[in-house]
Amino acid sequence: MKTTEKRSREPLFHVVKRDALPWYKAMLIRVIAVAAAVLLCSLLSIVMIEANPFEFVKTLVDGAVGSERRLWKLAKDAAVLLCISLAVTPAFRMKFWNIGAEGQTLIGALASVAVAVYLGGKIPEPALLVLMAIAAILAGAIWGGLPAIFKAKWNTNETLFTLMMNYVASGLVAYFLVVWRPSGGSVLGRLDFGHLPVIFHEYFLIIAITIILTAAVFVYLHYTKQGYEISVVGESENTARYIGINVSKVIIRTMIVSGAICGLAGFLIVGALDHSITATTVGGLGFTAIMVSWLAKFNPLIMIGTSVFITFLNQGSSQISTNFNVDSSFPSMIVGVVLFFIIGCEFFIGYKVKFRESTKSQSQEVVENESDS
Amino acid sequence: MSSTIALETRKVSKYFGSVAANVNVDLTVRRGEILAILGENGCGKTTLMNMIAGIYYPDSGSILVNGEEVVIRSPKDAFRHGIGMIHQHFKLVDLFTAAENIVLGINDGKKYDIKDVNRRVAEIADRYGFHVDPQKKIYEMSVSEKQTVEILKVLYRGADILILDEPSAVLTPQETNKLFDVLRRMREDGKSILIITHKLHEVLAISDRVAVLRKGEHIATVETAGTTESELTEMMVGKKVELNIERPEPKNTCDRLEVKDLNMTDADGIKVLDKVSFSARSGEILGIAGIAGSGQRELLESIAGLCHPVTGQIIYHNPKTGESEDLRDKNPVEIRELGVRLSFVPEDRLGMGLVGNMDIVDNMMLRSYRKGHSLFVDRKKPGDLANKIVDELEVVTPGTHTPVRRLSGGNVQKVLVGREIAAAPTVLMAAYPVRGLDINSSYTIYNLLTKQKENGVAVIFVGEDLDVLVELCDRIVVLCAGRVTGILDARNTTKEEIGLLMTSAGESCATDNDEKEDVGGENN
Repeated sequence: MKTTEKRSREPLFHVVKRDALPWYKAMLIRVIAVAAAVLLCSLLSIVMIEANPFEFVKTLVDGAVGSERRLWKLAKDAAVLLCISLAVTPAFRMKFWNIGAEGQTLIGALASVAVAVYLGGKIPEPALLVLMAIAAILAGAIWGGLPAIFKAKWNTNETLFTLMMNYVASGLVAYFLVVWRPSGGSVLGRLDFGHLPVIFHEYFLIIAITIILTAAVFVYLHYTKQGYEISVVGESENTARYIGINVSKVIIRTMIVSGAICGLAGFLIVGALDHSITATTVGGLGFTAIMVSWLAKFNPLIMIGTSVFITFLNQGSSQISTNFNVDSSFPSMIVGVVLFFIIGCEFFIGYKVKFRESTKSQSQEVVENESDS
Repeated sequence: MSSTIALETRKVSKYFGSVAANVNVDLTVRRGEILAILGENGCGKTTLMNMIAGIYYPDSGSILVNGEEVVIRSPKDAFRHGIGMIHQHFKLVDLFTAAENIVLGINDGKKYDIKDVNRRVAEIADRYGFHVDPQKKIYEMSVSEKQTVEILKVLYRGADILILDEPSAVLTPQETNKLFDVLRRMREDGKSILIITHKLHEVLAISDRVAVLRKGEHIATVETAGTTESELTEMMVGKKVELNIERPEPKNTCDRLEVKDLNMTDADGIKVLDKVSFSARSGEILGIAGIAGSGQRELLESIAGLCHPVTGQIIYHNPKTGESEDLRDKNPVEIRELGVRLSFVPEDRLGMGLVGNMDIVDNMMLRSYRKGHSLFVDRKKPGDLANKIVDELEVVTPGTHTPVRRLSGGNVQKVLVGREIAAAPTVLMAAYPVRGLDINSSYTIYNLLTKQKENGVAVIFVGEDLDVLVELCDRIVVLCAGRVTGILDARNTTKEEIGLLMTSAGESCATDNDEKEDVGGENN
């Protein structure tokens, strides 16, 4: 009955909160997001590297899981990533933003290398391995515990503190490389001692240990009293105070656990894979782990999926840079695009966008956009 | 006739997910009237007002101002159409003067001339009978003065339609009466005033018409003169409710908790508790009255061991051992083991007593998870307790594994109070336990507290509704700025008497000491 007049118009769209979606609809949105991401990446590949998009996707998949060797490598890389992600998760559930997993892992690796350098060959190999593991766990625990003590006692900012500890760790590695290699070379050769035994396959042990660790962390977080305290402190410090939880104690204890698992990961990298150390041994996994943990909403079981997924993308896209002969920054871009879509689509799971109703049709139909891109 | 209609909403709806906050609300506001918007918490009063004031955008329906359809996308748009809202939580810059706050954000292209602003503010204040000094800084002001500044801010921008969201929640009865006088003068000046409230006696005292909302729907708009409290309640709740609180005589009372000369200062060195002394007796409900922030929170937290007063004593007479102990330096765990329970409901209900993202079972565990030496938590007993509370207190929930933040306020409160009572306390402290609850749930909670009292528990009840305090409690301690200004027998007092004591302790909180005389005017 009213015609459109010259007046201020209804906004083009507004955002409306959504009810909890059933899981399959939420999953559908995520699938659409991944599909949209792949589509955009294909377009990018056409424009930027003039590749056939089908070829592009095929290379991505092939590079990640195309052969038995690649499958093992995928599993191994995912396991290392998962191991570090498991380490950051208890702290994150407590809303303690530990971004120092990189340094905590590196210091663990350094401690186990130190044990191997000084004691290697002097004591039996099994004893050496045990000592390496203990040293790594202790070093990681100290690296994680220090910022927690400062946070608990003087409320320092844990983000900055843990970040700075990363640089201290890599500085220490650089220093000891010089000590151990007086001839001047900055690369430490392959260690002769302290190799974890090979069972079935060279990567089997590290994968198995990570799976056991995943189950352990899951049980710790969901079924133990300490895990329960972590959740309460993370959700509300006031509630924790009210029921008499010693918040400082929980913060310090949890970060020691967090750092210790990082240290263990460092030991596994040294003992099972690298048998050496450089300042970049961890290679940014400590930061990628944060993403793995967040994407899985801090649930260790879901983290198996997210760590495999991220490793899949990394491995597949590096195959692209080999096959299409492009710079390695292109694959990084691909990973970035996919992650952007996946994280972005969470918004559409929580909210929907309502567009202005068409002024011509008077129907009450609401245009609803499920997955904007 | 249409020229007398200032504001109209037509079939306005707003949804939050699948929750309907407003469904097809048709509301009309006449020029020069005070319209009360009445409804229980969660019935959509505030959502509706927020849409009119430009904070939310309606999902469907239209809003008409002076008979013309308008689109209100922001509070700025709302001001352009002469609509201004005074929110419950003030939005003022503490370090600015009243006048500076009032002109803040106005961009009319004119030169900024604070003297002219001061003059105009004083002019408006005079016209409607406000008492405010335009050059006074906000941080020096009392709550009621701040509210005055908020109202002036809206009037200064030329609003003809004023929306007040529960304006009396932070005021004493005396201050409320003064506010109502001002509102009446505005009405005579031709302004339309919408006032959100859930206090029935205020509705009857101030409004010309009442619009009743229930579950997001507009039930009816009636003339105030032709209605009664019970009729309005029935419209609000949807059925007849008995509004009587049972108050059995206390039996076998003895001192359970004695607070002696408690002193406490906050981080800024301001005294929050000043020589507070009283005793709580078993088999009795002790009410604590006071304007929000008068030290109630600090007092209860001290007793529960969450914070520690500088000097003074909190003597607990243990009924089991007959011994007396000072709780002042004990920690929450030690105090709880003695049987002192705090069911604290801060403004953010889920901020302290419960964890919003956890389910009912896990919340039950908060109290008991430590028991035993096992490394693992036992969810069986808390699960049984959760089922029991859901059954006995009729908690509406899809199951005991639903996160408590998804429950309505009343149900959250039942879960919290249920857990605290389940521990068989000897002292039960409840701060604002019915805040945000509908009438039925409120009475459930009152009855639970009364039952605890009959079981010989010393109940301490911090309330804000003076009518309820007077009806429910046996004795009432009145706090003002951290000091006890009176301990009254609830059976022989009036809320005016309490109201006076709430503001009479000293300069810092007494706003209108000189005008205490005009108190009796409450028509109830």
